[in-house]
Amino acid sequence: MALMSFAEASARAMAEEMRRDPTVWVLGEDVRHGGVFGQYKGLMAEFGGTRVVDTPIAEATIMGAGLGAALVGTRPVIEMRIADFVLPAMDELVNQIAKARYMFGGQARAALVVRMPHGLLKGSAAQHSQTIENWFVNVPGLVVLTPATATDLAAAIAFAIRADDPVLIFDPKSHWKTVEDVPDAVAPLVPGKAVLRRAGMAATVVTWSQALPAVLAGVEASGIAADVIDLVSLWPWDRAAVAASVRKTGRLMVVQEGGIDGGFGNDVIAATLEDIGPAALKAVRRLGAPRIPVPFSPPLEAAITLTPERVRDALRQLCA
Amino acid sequence: MAGNHDRGLALYRTMRRIRVFEEVALEAYRNGEFPGFLHSSIGQEAIPSGVCANLRADDRLTSTHRGHGHGLAKGAAVDPMMAELYGRASGACGGKGGSMHIADFSVGMLGANGIVSGGLPIAVGAAQGLKLIGSDAVVACFFGDGATNRGPFLEALNWAALYGLRVLFVCEDNTFSAFTYTAGTTAGAGPLARARSCGIDGVSIDGNDVAVVDEAARTLVDQVRATGQPAFLHARTYRWFGHTATDMAAYRRPGELEAAKARDPLIVQAQRLASEGVDPATIAAIDADVDAEMARARDRARAAPFPAVEAALADVQDAGAPTWL
Repeated sequence: MALMSFAEASARAMAEEMRRDPTVWVLGEDVRHGGVFGQYKGLMAEFGGTRVVDTPIAEATIMGAGLGAALVGTRPVIEMRIADFVLPAMDELVNQIAKARYMFGGQARAALVVRMPHGLLKGSAAQHSQTIENWFVNVPGLVVLTPATATDLAAAIAFAIRADDPVLIFDPKSHWKTVEDVPDAVAPLVPGKAVLRRAGMAATVVTWSQALPAVLAGVEASGIAADVIDLVSLWPWDRAAVAASVRKTGRLMVVQEGGIDGGFGNDVIAATLEDIGPAALKAVRRLGAPRIPVPFSPPLEAAITLTPERVRDALRQLCA
Repeated sequence: MAGNHDRGLALYRTMRRIRVFEEVALEAYRNGEFPGFLHSSIGQEAIPSGVCANLRADDRLTSTHRGHGHGLAKGAAVDPMMAELYGRASGACGGKGGSMHIADFSVGMLGANGIVSGGLPIAVGAAQGLKLIGSDAVVACFFGDGATNRGPFLEALNWAALYGLRVLFVCEDNTFSAFTYTAGTTAGAGPLARARSCGIDGVSIDGNDVAVVDEAARTLVDQVRATGQPAFLHARTYRWFGHTATDMAAYRRPGELEAAKARDPLIVQAQRLASEGVDPATIAAIDADVDAEMARARDRARAAPFPAVEAALADVQDAGAPTWL
């Protein structure tokens, strides 16, 4: 066990995978310098510029070249800098990568990783703060990982690089410098396996990614004994764990940093209703952003930021 | 009959196979034998035939929505290709791709593509991956004139030059971007000038003469392989049919199609072979052989079973594989 930041845990996991498999390489803007958040620090010195490839600002070709390289047997890690920048590369991700295996009848595997740091980051405004991981749950072929801790980020990297599926990792962007205890050896993540972060009989709170710290603090402050389920991955997702918890508690709250409307929380609630029946559910609540672009002005951004207080109040209302 | 005509005859045979494959497919489509979109490459056969004659088995290619000829020229088996158009289980993609996503990875044909310019980023990435694993294989990147107006065209050219990648960019300039003359939607001095602006040189050639394409491709493929740098082949041709099989091309200028047919790449090559002393019976024998091959492929495709419904859920993903709801 060692104290390390999310960025350090990422760089360590990347280095371990690149040592293990010489076909693993990383491409993206400024990765030679360790990436914009330090999450690739040290890789250039150890592996050199043929495996740590700085690219032009050319998102479509960063993504599409990753696919081409995967189709000839290498395992690229495609760094998008921030999740907002995947939007110029959506054709390559959604039309090409996600469908390659299927439309070619299993001849091809897009064994690659796409890393997209996402979410709010102090004043980054409408085009650098988006939380849009839910969009990709709607795209067959993609695995969608949303780790919330440094250990889970390292585990996500190890799983994603070894997987034969295209795997998206939404790095929690505001946590890069957060320091946690990380085990010396981190096993690859098991996709679709949620983690129970806190246990209680009164309510079930489901969350993922950047929302987790505010959720844990808010549940603590509420004085309510609740299960806190960190989904860790949104596709596949641990539907059974949520259903089992809500069967026990009868109350379900979903907390997400992104917008509620069309958000993944809606799937969680709908699936749980199907699984346990409406009669078993006493109360449901969704907590997340209103349907607005992320505003720049600090008080406006603060108004849509998840805080422990908002979680506490919402949980108390759920259980009232 | 002077000299060895094997190569000229082989080029003719490849073109003939593409032509008849397309004719058989068009007829079947118009008979309602399969649905979807069918983009015919009739009139453009010399370009894939001449380029692929200079590729090794381990070289790769990326294709377009008009991709049947690329597959055949690279050596894809014809029965699975025809069965793919019919959506059958024995199709090259198990029937799940159809004409627009036809592929044969066993011969390095990395897939047709339903998105104009979609193959360009994939091609440069394939070349980058091949370089990383120490291969000197070349990637032939086929695209149309319409693709030169999309951003990935510029991105991919820059990328290939920047990293020093073994890519032969092949612009099949068939005059049209879907229903529109490309000249009417394109500024500047053309595809080769755009390539040169990124430091990639090449040639602009008559894409209806397979001997010219073969010669140019030999030079450029050898150069790309030896230098590890990309090159550009701009091949001018003409699309005989509409954009799709249902497009009657009413926008076509009078006389243009007739002029193009007078420069039919198959006739150009057949006349060359005849002038070199090849017995017309040799050409006729190839024609008969190819006609029989394609009719056989069609009959087998017609008789082949459709995929079992379970195949709809196969080959999506390992983690989170789909289930029926």
